[in-house]
Amino acid sequence: MAAKVINVDGADHTLDAAPDMPLLYALRDDLGLNNPKFGCGVAQCGACMVLIGGVPTFSCVTPLADVSGPITTIAGIGEPGALHPIQQAYIDEATPQCGYCISGWMLRAVALLKEIPRPTDNDIREAFAGLKCRCGTHMAIMRAVKRAAGLAP
Amino acid sequence: MSDAPKSPRLSRRALLVGGGLLVVSVGALAGPQLVSMLSAGQRPPLVPDELDSFIAIDRSGAVTAFAGVMDVGHGLTLALRQIVAEELDAPLARVAVVMGDTARTVNQGGASGSGGVQSCGMVLRSIAAEARRLLLERAAARFSVAVGDLTVADAIVSAGKRSVAYGDLVGEGYFNSKLEWNGEIGRRLQSKGQATPKSPSEYRIVGRSAPRDDLAPRVVGDFQYVTDVKVPGMLHGRMIRPPVAGAVPTSVDEASIAHLSSARIVRREGFLGVVAEREWDAIRASRELKVSWSNVESPFPPYDTLYDHIAAAPDVERTVEKSVGDVAAAFSRAARVVEARYEWPFQSHACMGPACAVVEIKNGRATVWTGTQKPHFAAEGVAAALEMPLDKVRAIWALGPGSYGRNDSGDAAIDAAFLAKAVGKPVRVQGMRHEGHGWDPKGPASVHTARAALDRNNRIIAYQILNKGFSRRDIEFNEAKLEHSLAGQLMGLPLLAAPAFSVQDEEYAFPNMELAWATIAPLLDRASPLRTAHLRDPCGPNNNFASESFFDEVALAAGADPIAFRLAHMTDERHMAVLRAAAERARWTPRRRPYRRASGGTLAGRGFAYSRGHGAIVAIIADVEVDARTGRVWPRRFTVAHECGQIINPSGLALCIEGNVVQAASRALFEEVTFDRNAVTSVDWATYPILEMPDAPEAIDIVTLDRPELPPGGAGEPATRPVAAALANAIFDATGVRLRRAPFSPARVLAALSGERRSTSPA
Ligand code: FES
Ligand code: FES
Repeated sequence: MAAKVINVDGADHTLDAAPDMPLLYALRDDLGLNNPKFGCGVAQCGACMVLIGGVPTFSCVTPLADVSGPITTIAGIGEPGALHPIQQAYIDEATPQCGYCISGWMLRAVALLKEIPRPTDNDIREAFAGLKCRCGTHMAIMRAVKRAAGLAP
Repeated sequence: MSDAPKSPRLSRRALLVGGGLLVVSVGALAGPQLVSMLSAGQRPPLVPDELDSFIAIDRSGAVTAFAGVMDVGHGLTLALRQIVAEELDAPLARVAVVMGDTARTVNQGGASGSGGVQSCGMVLRSIAAEARRLLLERAAARFSVAVGDLTVADAIVSAGKRSVAYGDLVGEGYFNSKLEWNGEIGRRLQSKGQATPKSPSEYRIVGRSAPRDDLAPRVVGDFQYVTDVKVPGMLHGRMIRPPVAGAVPTSVDEASIAHLSSARIVRREGFLGVVAEREWDAIRASRELKVSWSNVESPFPPYDTLYDHIAAAPDVERTVEKSVGDVAAAFSRAARVVEARYEWPFQSHACMGPACAVVEIKNGRATVWTGTQKPHFAAEGVAAALEMPLDKVRAIWALGPGSYGRNDSGDAAIDAAFLAKAVGKPVRVQGMRHEGHGWDPKGPASVHTARAALDRNNRIIAYQILNKGFSRRDIEFNEAKLEHSLAGQLMGLPLLAAPAFSVQDEEYAFPNMELAWATIAPLLDRASPLRTAHLRDPCGPNNNFASESFFDEVALAAGADPIAFRLAHMTDERHMAVLRAAAERARWTPRRRPYRRASGGTLAGRGFAYSRGHGAIVAIIADVEVDARTGRVWPRRFTVAHECGQIINPSGLALCIEGNVVQAASRALFEEVTFDRNAVTSVDWATYPILEMPDAPEAIDIVTLDRPELPPGGAGEPATRPVAAALANAIFDATGVRLRRAPFSPARVLAALSGERRSTSPA
């Protein structure tokens, strides 16, 4: 065990945890957050996604020791009182079914829209490769990303 | 922050003890719309013949409906709110629904057979109408007028200039009014009042799109899934499953996890789990514990012999479900006979996350938080595991990581119960990915043999299908009996297998027809990773893939267009309208042979299929592109015509159909549970691939046919059924190659294409 300070959605937390423990368990178990989620534990789905220094990262395979940089979860992508456009678009398009997958999709979308503000269908398809949505909400995700980009879905 | 304890873990504990803020509350699970309950008066018992069991109105006029079903993500909550608001003449925004808590809802069967609206919705419709009738009676008495002189709008009853709100009519009390109950519980429960529900011509809320207003907590990460339930003092549990299916632990080396100080082992016959204070320690303990397992014979045949095994295995049960005319005689006078065999694999629920459950035992009572679709039945299972009377056990449903039938949730609930009982502390158990894929109950593999007799005019005069496979129900569709849980089977309880499959239900009017099913024995009879239970539209995709692929094969033999050929063998206008709607919307052009439209290495084609099930009729046209070099099939576009009787919420219905089609395309194109001689080998997303964004369709064009005069049917499953056959037919159209084994994975498509090239290349 070793003390480690991480910054999550703007707040510092001191953890007393094994350095090889994946960040996911620090967020869920030590900080008691509801997001991100455990989906696979092997970097195959995106349920555990967080931004570290703005980069979408699978927290399930990121040892605590390797965390350097502020962590953003989907709770932290909007401004207080104002949702991020992708959050609003997710609501407007009624995108989630179970919604267990949304950390991966929304945080990749945040990064995508920063890099390509007006993505094409193909940009979106490629940016989301590797993410899973078992409920099959892919069509609604596509519409939500376009809506968030200000493009007609 | 200076006086806060250093460790956030400790600070959370302190918070739990102090304010209990993080402790799960029912309100949090029911969402923001939970209303405060009536505070005074005697609430009648929670029984199906009491109106108060289903509808409550508080002084403020807020309406709560109590539903023994689950919204697993399709927006059922909203549909039920619309139905109740409509009958009550209450504003939609003032109606909330509480679901699946055994302390607050009667057993209406849970999520089952696309029945949320069909069954529970119709019960609530009748009861809401009855509540309105009773409220009007009270208002009439208060104003000394006849009921007929009253008007109602937005939960306010008026008689001329005088008016009174529902909230004031109910006051602090209850309805205390009896319903007519049919004596059933579960899906067949029917309770109704004397009032006649509205006629569809009066609808203002039902039949119109209403926006989902329950999604905000999900997109900001606040929503509490079953995986997020936290109980003070809770330990984390993990199960340990055998490396060879059927093996049991013979010894465990406690010293191997001695370095994990809080870890404890729970073992009872074949049941083996670990608990620890931290989740990560529980995971480590489950990985690092040294276990010796019994030697058992490898239970499974080589995977590539699966379908021959099914075809050759003796029947456990065979049932002719539908028999019309004299099939044998008709075949004997056939001008031509077409025959084919189709094969469908085992499939996994493969939910987005492995199942999770939390069990707390306190003061002689137990609570289980579970993502099961059947919380009332889960409570029975937990009561049995804890050897407690049922009335001391409460099951609270919380949305799980996906839910498409009897997945691994039921097993998690029972596992958590045994672990919690053994260690005397609340336990949260969640599976790891390899368990979610490898040990969830499966949809059955099957082989389908089809035969059709054509006369000289190329009409089908006889039609025969046998659907033969593993039972769809090695374990029941709920976990009420321990025998139907993995834990119970690992502890050696006697098996209660139920041989069951099903037959096609499409509305073809063949003069002679026989539809039958047969089941064979499971490969391993207990605690098998291949044990079957209901997976979304049980047997539907298997059966429809066979029969609707076959219909195209017969049409080809008859030289007929597949849609025209189907219509020529139908008489039911309601069904024919759906087929025509799909054909018109997609601008179907008749085809009597595969088009094989090629550009570069890509072949394009379209295919049709139709289905009936769960109270809905669906016709679907798939447009595909097949990459002849890689075997990749892109389901580029779907056109769906969907008729499920009365539509409650058109936009919600469309989203539900989309999800069905994408998931069904995934099942048809990618999904196959594989195994070696010892164990399931498709244990993660690499070995059990599903459809990802690069393969998502470009468009799903949906035509819904509304029949407001009919009762509503289901929508949670029906559009799943015809997708595989539509894709197979489209692949044939594109390539001239018929795929009779699912899934149509790139490797399989490539092999089929090269087989075709070999057989057609000049000698
Ligand atoms: S849980 Fe991390 S990628 Fe699946
Ligand atoms: S919405 Fe259920 S997994 Fe994506």
